[in-house]
Amino acid sequence: MIVMLVVGFIAFSLFNFVGDPVSLMLPPEATQADRDAMRQLLGLDRPFYVQFVTFLENALHGNFGISLRLGRPVSALIAERLPATLELALTATIFALAVGIPVGVYTALRRDSWVSRAMLTTSLIGVSLPNFLIGIFLILIFAVWLGLLPSFGRGDTTQLGFWSTGLLTKSGLKALLLPAITLGFYPVTLVMRLVRAEMLEVLRTDYIKFARARGLSSRAVNFGHALKNTLIPVITVIGLQVGAIIAFAIITETVFQWPGMGLLFIQAVQFADIPVMAAYLCLIGFIFVIINLVVDLLYYLVDPRLRVERMAAAGALR
Amino acid sequence: MRSVLLRAGVILAAVVYCAALDAATLRFSSQGDITTIDPHANNEGFTTSYLDNIYEALVFRGKRMEVEPGLAVSWNRTSPTTMRFKLRPNVKFHDGTPFTADDVVFSVQRALADTSNYKPYLTGVKEARKVDDLTVDVITDGPAPVLVPQLTRIHIMSKAWCTKHNVTKPQDYKNKEETYAVRNANGTGPYILKSRQEDVRTVAVKNSNWWGKLDGNVDEMVYVPIKSDATRLAALISGEIDFVLDPPPQDIPRLKQDPKLKVVEGLENRTIFFGMDQARNELLYSNVKGKNPFKDKRVREAMQLALDLKAIQKQVLRGLGIPTAVMFAPQVDGYPKDLDHPKPPDRARAKKLIAEAGYPNGFEVTLDCPNNRYVADEKICVAAAAMWAQIGVTVKVNAMPRAIWGPKTQNRDTSMYMLGWGVPTFDSQYVLQSLMRTYIPNTADGDYNLGGYSNPQADALIDKQKTEVDPKKRAEIAYEVSKIHMQDFGHIPLHFQMIPWAMRSNVSVVHRADNFLTVKWVKVN
Repeated sequence: MIVMLVVGFIAFSLFNFVGDPVSLMLPPEATQADRDAMRQLLGLDRPFYVQFVTFLENALHGNFGISLRLGRPVSALIAERLPATLELALTATIFALAVGIPVGVYTALRRDSWVSRAMLTTSLIGVSLPNFLIGIFLILIFAVWLGLLPSFGRGDTTQLGFWSTGLLTKSGLKALLLPAITLGFYPVTLVMRLVRAEMLEVLRTDYIKFARARGLSSRAVNFGHALKNTLIPVITVIGLQVGAIIAFAIITETVFQWPGMGLLFIQAVQFADIPVMAAYLCLIGFIFVIINLVVDLLYYLVDPRLRVERMAAAGALR
Repeated sequence: MRSVLLRAGVILAAVVYCAALDAATLRFSSQGDITTIDPHANNEGFTTSYLDNIYEALVFRGKRMEVEPGLAVSWNRTSPTTMRFKLRPNVKFHDGTPFTADDVVFSVQRALADTSNYKPYLTGVKEARKVDDLTVDVITDGPAPVLVPQLTRIHIMSKAWCTKHNVTKPQDYKNKEETYAVRNANGTGPYILKSRQEDVRTVAVKNSNWWGKLDGNVDEMVYVPIKSDATRLAALISGEIDFVLDPPPQDIPRLKQDPKLKVVEGLENRTIFFGMDQARNELLYSNVKGKNPFKDKRVREAMQLALDLKAIQKQVLRGLGIPTAVMFAPQVDGYPKDLDHPKPPDRARAKKLIAEAGYPNGFEVTLDCPNNRYVADEKICVAAAAMWAQIGVTVKVNAMPRAIWGPKTQNRDTSMYMLGWGVPTFDSQYVLQSLMRTYIPNTADGDYNLGGYSNPQADALIDKQKTEVDPKKRAEIAYEVSKIHMQDFGHIPLHFQMIPWAMRSNVSVVHRADNFLTVKWVKVN
């Protein structure tokens, strides 16, 4: 709650620096009187704290006002864009896990093979290359040179109730590929390096040695015992990454003209569309708070030690 | 594989219009989306230009930007304050209702509403009055000599439709609800709005009942905004779109080399110039205290003489501009051709003038410059600063985004600034009154004369032009004022901006100086 308030306040105070929406809404030939009238109409002439309190009041009622750029309610705009961002973020996360975990395991088990070395070098590139550059490279290769995939947009979408999905059409799936890979590139390398490091650690422990001594197949040892124990920190990190993926989708969405919340936000910034910016920042703040909460709970669920400690504490109290 | 969209478009076109073989889809793009479908709500250049394909005005711009009949077939002045318009008969709105004088009266009233952003195009207009079903009088409070060209920007809506959907006023942003007209349209134009997804796709299809005859063959126009420059061009090169309204200038040479593409360049009727604060007794952003160097005409002349406009044209603009010595472009009525001879740089003389004015060691000043508004804006400022450094004047370039630069300069919180002035009316009064007339707050007089240039002789002439209806005399005044302004070095004109459009080589368009893409003139082969 306090976090949300602080996010709201910081977001709101930033808006004094993004510029004056009125100068973009009116043509240069508008007179000063026209501009003053517009400012008054938008409530921008009132002091900062009054604007903030009004904003909070309305936000609590789920009312974020009208977008100055598009003239539509902000809540409706966000509801329209949220599915696109979530589908993209989810696909990117699945991509990160589906590629990151196997590669991580492989590089841990075959530490010295040249494939592992090549993978590790590639992952370095993934960590250091900025997101938009990867996106532009992918567009250049798959859209311009090969002409296989679309360079922008979301393809055809299907409406399922309030949710618009691109997962059910061929063009929607094709359009999803490049942005999801771009957005998932960094998490892939992160997961892979994390899994590798954890695996190496776990493989050195006594119970793995013992398992091997018991004559278990190396498959059972590696996947049944070692990998399972590796996944605990991976879940934590991925959980936190989902928030980051949603928040950093701004860049990927801009490069691919993906009609999600990030694109909405970046255009709002350019237009000084204050209602949209405020709502977006609050929503992202909210998502982070929720994700942190869920991760804490998950951690507790996955790691038996935490439960034991708590029981012990409860026992001590008794 | 070309995009699925194209295939769908081709199949659709083939099925629906088997007879007309040459019917085509035009997919075009620019950086931002249309902001609203309401034609009186947001006066933003691209939005107005898009809606011009769906809604129509009483008066049109022709292919050479000449004023020509639109929804009005003729007009004449019946008294000094009355202009009578004869309306086109047998015109129907997209919903089938006939277009009549009531719609014109209503639309003028709507565009004058307090929530309208199109009031600047109706300066001096009091109201429109119905005479009969196809005749309307527009009443002004003075002779309003630029009324007719101004009306090219006022789109006509259906009174019945607006009443039915409760949109008799443009959207009020204080109101928490969107209005029907924000996403729906009912115009008289050659294209009918079919679907609208903000920031994704806006589709309009040919109006087969349109009163006019299409000059092009586009039966479906699909607008897809693509914000990232690189992606927009990639989509053009890969054939996913046919036309880009705003290709980045640095990519133009590369685009020209691609045989699948072509670039059409045209002169925008916009002049880019620098202004200097010559009103205050001390500059806000300078190291000179107690006096204002720009008040001295010699300093202003020196600032101009230091600039090498040809070098800026070649090195910075890469040809996307034509150097000028005057403040308005050739398309504008009253353009003083005889005066338009840019001087070559003369730094020795500039240095001498600066020294004579009492600044032998030069001085420092800050230049407020946009970085996302005009072609190569920030780069021009930086190049100019380097040229001024050669005569000893240290200019600090303060480059900022449009949303910050706009209000800062418009509040006159500046010592020196860059500005570009476009002329939607194509009439000289728009330049003279806004840029050269002495500033009177809350009027259009000098509203963009941000440096406070003032010459009573020029003022008298400009005031005379406001009520002068004879085009020849208006042009004479424009010439006289330009001459005075030039001798005073009121501003430092740089160039007329060129706007490049990029497209697939099978697309032919008519380039317009106001950057409007008129789809009824577009041919796709």
